Amino acid sequence: MAKLTIPSQELMYSGHAACPGCGGALAMRLLLKGLGPRTIVSLPACCWTVIGTPYPTTALRVGILDNPFEATGASISGLRAAADVLGMKDVNIVGFAGDGGTADIGLQALSGMLERRTNAIYVMYDNEAYMNTGIQRSGETPWGAWTTTTPVSGDLHGKPEPKKDMMGIVLAHRPAYAATLNPAYPEDFDRKVERARDIVGPRFLHIFAPCPPGWKFDSSETIALGRLATDTGVFPLYEVVDGRLAITRKTGALKPVEEYLHAQGRFHHFTPEDVAKIQAQVRESWDRLVQREREDLSRPH
Amino acid sequence: MTRKVLSGSYAQSYAAKLARAQVISAYPITPQTSIVEKLAEFVATGELAAQFIKVESEHSAMQVCISASALGARTYTATSSQGLLLMHELLHWASGMRAPIVMGVVNRAVAPPWNIGADHTDTISQRDTGWIQFYAESNQEVLDTVLEAYRLAEDPQVRLPAMVNEDAFYLSHTVEPVDVPDPETVDRFLPPREAHAVLVPGETMRLGSFTGPDHYVEFRERLAEANARVPKVFAEVEAEFRDATGRDHEGAVPTYRVDDADAVLVTMGTATTTARSVVDELRAEGRKVGLAKIRLFRPFPEDEVQRLARVADRIGVADRSWTFGRTGPVATEVAAALYTAPRRPALTGFLAGIGGRDVTPHEVRRMYDTLLSREAPTTHWVDLEEQGVKVDG
Repeated sequence: MAKLTIPSQELMYSGHAACPGCGGALAMRLLLKGLGPRTIVSLPACCWTVIGTPYPTTALRVGILDNPFEATGASISGLRAAADVLGMKDVNIVGFAGDGGTADIGLQALSGMLERRTNAIYVMYDNEAYMNTGIQRSGETPWGAWTTTTPVSGDLHGKPEPKKDMMGIVLAHRPAYAATLNPAYPEDFDRKVERARDIVGPRFLHIFAPCPPGWKFDSSETIALGRLATDTGVFPLYEVVDGRLAITRKTGALKPVEEYLHAQGRFHHFTPEDVAKIQAQVRESWDRLVQREREDLSRPH
Repeated sequence: MTRKVLSGSYAQSYAAKLARAQVISAYPITPQTSIVEKLAEFVATGELAAQFIKVESEHSAMQVCISASALGARTYTATSSQGLLLMHELLHWASGMRAPIVMGVVNRAVAPPWNIGADHTDTISQRDTGWIQFYAESNQEVLDTVLEAYRLAEDPQVRLPAMVNEDAFYLSHTVEPVDVPDPETVDRFLPPREAHAVLVPGETMRLGSFTGPDHYVEFRERLAEANARVPKVFAEVEAEFRDATGRDHEGAVPTYRVDDADAVLVTMGTATTTARSVVDELRAEGRKVGLAKIRLFRPFPEDEVQRLARVADRIGVADRSWTFGRTGPVATEVAAALYTAPRRPALTGFLAGIGGRDVTPHEVRRMYDTLLSREAPTTHWVDLEEQGVKVDG
């Protein structure tokens, strides 16, 4: 029997307020398992503002600092500056923001934090829309997805624009570490968290966070859908250390994206042509990723 | 103590250094820049053991201060005009988080049209954010008030952020002799921050959180109560500062020759110095006029202003900003304070010195003339015709 590598410590209480099957709740639980109790989390407006439960209760056994929507990058710069000047050792400073709070309204502060080389971990848990406010499209909503602000009716065919490439934007800042993580693959998830924990400098984790009510799938299917996202190549798992990219999960052949798309109500209106379009894009992105990995491997250290 | 020739901006920098600010964060904006340039120099040479986080916006500068304060650090930032307006959301966060941040503001006009001259619209627009607001008349007052602001902001009975405001150019870029206290003197007056309700690594806590109406109202009331305790604590801080340095800035509303005055003019910021000289001239001519300076604008010193009603039948207020759809904001505050006074003097609001326009002795004299005339108007733009040019529309 394989040895379980995921830490047994639980820093998230069971009485949290997440929806059943919430990928964002799994993201926080696994993240804190890897980081441990000496962690301070800066939390902007997002689902976790509410999941964390209202005053005077808290669902997390760490320090939490709430900050406004767009300010997470600046907040972790301030926390790290204070920790350094006050001589606090061995403390993980973490910003934990949703996709809207990262890719849209928080992009400037994130860019500033990366450029300043703040020694902290910035997490984007990506449920691909403004879910806490009721499923409005964000820069991270994929092409064609239904949301309340990208309706499907008549000529309207969901979101007309493609998903913003946050990893690309972050990598352009040359972070010390950046990785994609998926709670459906917890061993890979935990290994990346622990690796990020032990690196000094700006670190970025892009965490896939399926949302049953927002994506319209049954809450018992979160893990199955998460696996499909990676195994179809829609959300490939990789990490970049000092500019070197390595794919951390490779299967023989990618599964058809149709399996991933058809499992969700937000893509129910997709025609075979739509599926073919997504399939071609995913294939191209995957090939580019493999190519980049090969180039990075062949580069001398 | 050392006597130095300092600009109002450098007075801020020296005060932040003397206060041993631990985390400084700022974004450049004219005319605030020389404050943070000097601080960058202090940090670079090791004269000040602080972390200086150079951010990509004023919004982020204030967030850095709030977050650093949440771990217990003493923080400082400085800004002006548009930068302060961009911070607005964060100003509410700072007071709500009970973060004792001290911020220097160089009062500058708000666009459009672009204008970098002295004007109080930027800070007046932040009146309702729960920050303590001081307005300085001289560079000495800037330096001393920053030190007092830290003591007041960090007092366990207060725990509120405070801004120390100075007029663009008249103070920020004008040099004056300033007595700089010795570090030992300041250390005795202002010991290290005693952090209260801050995050501790390894401990379970949430700062901020969310609530329904069940707790929210109570949090707001605590904030209001802390504001209400400011005048008493400020008086104590002033007394201790006087004992430590020998300098006395005479509290929240210093007055000048108000005894037996027929008319008192209320000013805020650098217009006060000009008005003081005019009072001397008019007194020499036998006219009974006096002057009161609003040094602490928030929380508004109602008791001190009500005392003016006992000495004069006519009160004028010179505002360096305008509340559109209403009269000058300081005039409005004075009117509200006088409403419950035992005697209610006639009140005239003057608008003077907008966008860096000079408030000259000639104009101050006209304000007193208007006040002493038989029928003083309720509001009055002082220098529209004389210094200005015709604007279409």
